[in-house]
Amino acid sequence: MPEKVTLVVFSGDLDKALAAFNIAIGAASMGMEVSMFFTFWGLNVIKRNQGSVKSKGIMRRMLNFMNRGGSKRLHLSKFHMLGMGTRMMKRLMKDVNSPQLEELISMAKGMGVKFIACTTSMGIMGIGKEAFIPEVDSFAGVATYLAEAREGKVNLFV
Amino acid sequence: MKADETLDCIGLYCPMPIAHTASKLKELEKGQVLEVLADDEGIKEDMPAWCKVTGNDLLGIEEEAGQYKVYVRKSE
Repeated sequence: MPEKVTLVVFSGDLDKALAAFNIAIGAASMGMEVSMFFTFWGLNVIKRNQGSVKSKGIMRRMLNFMNRGGSKRLHLSKFHMLGMGTRMMKRLMKDVNSPQLEELISMAKGMGVKFIACTTSMGIMGIGKEAFIPEVDSFAGVATYLAEAREGKVNLFV
Repeated sequence: MKADETLDCIGLYCPMPIAHTASKLKELEKGQVLEVLADDEGIKEDMPAWCKVTGNDLLGIEEEAGQYKVYVRKSE
């Protein structure tokens, strides 16, 4: 039985998402079974980059307009500086051949990392399944997370 | 040290060297040796840790002018 690793990705910040995916890829390459649960702002990490996110009601429409998400739209948690800081950090990463978030996502997927989106957050924010990238394996709640986490030795909240 | 295959991870940072090692080793036969070239110093600690967890054999790490040659034998 492979060891289990779970990550709760709560944050929608670019830097934290990068850290989460680095750990996921590292764990997968060590033969561990990795599940990533995306909840609340973390849902932004796995939203598709193209098109608009549709929702009903003025408040939810406003929220999803301001909180559009998608791996290419995430901000650094520090020094975003209206986008300038984030652009600079992406450039620094490129300079040293460090993969961008999109590459990490597809790499993790290729290594068998499971992506699970939290249906409660989706309900509150009024986002449907079509808002997400096709790599998402399932849509579930806290019981699914806990059922996996109790078997895991490494359970992280990012 | 003699190796059956070489994997160039020069210029790559964690976790890429171990991630590439993991996928490359899948192509090798049991008992074959993979040479990993890297220049991220983290490899000195990371590859032993990776080998310990995956059960592969770390044969040695050679360091020369900030570059590392790491030898891993596939054992699973």
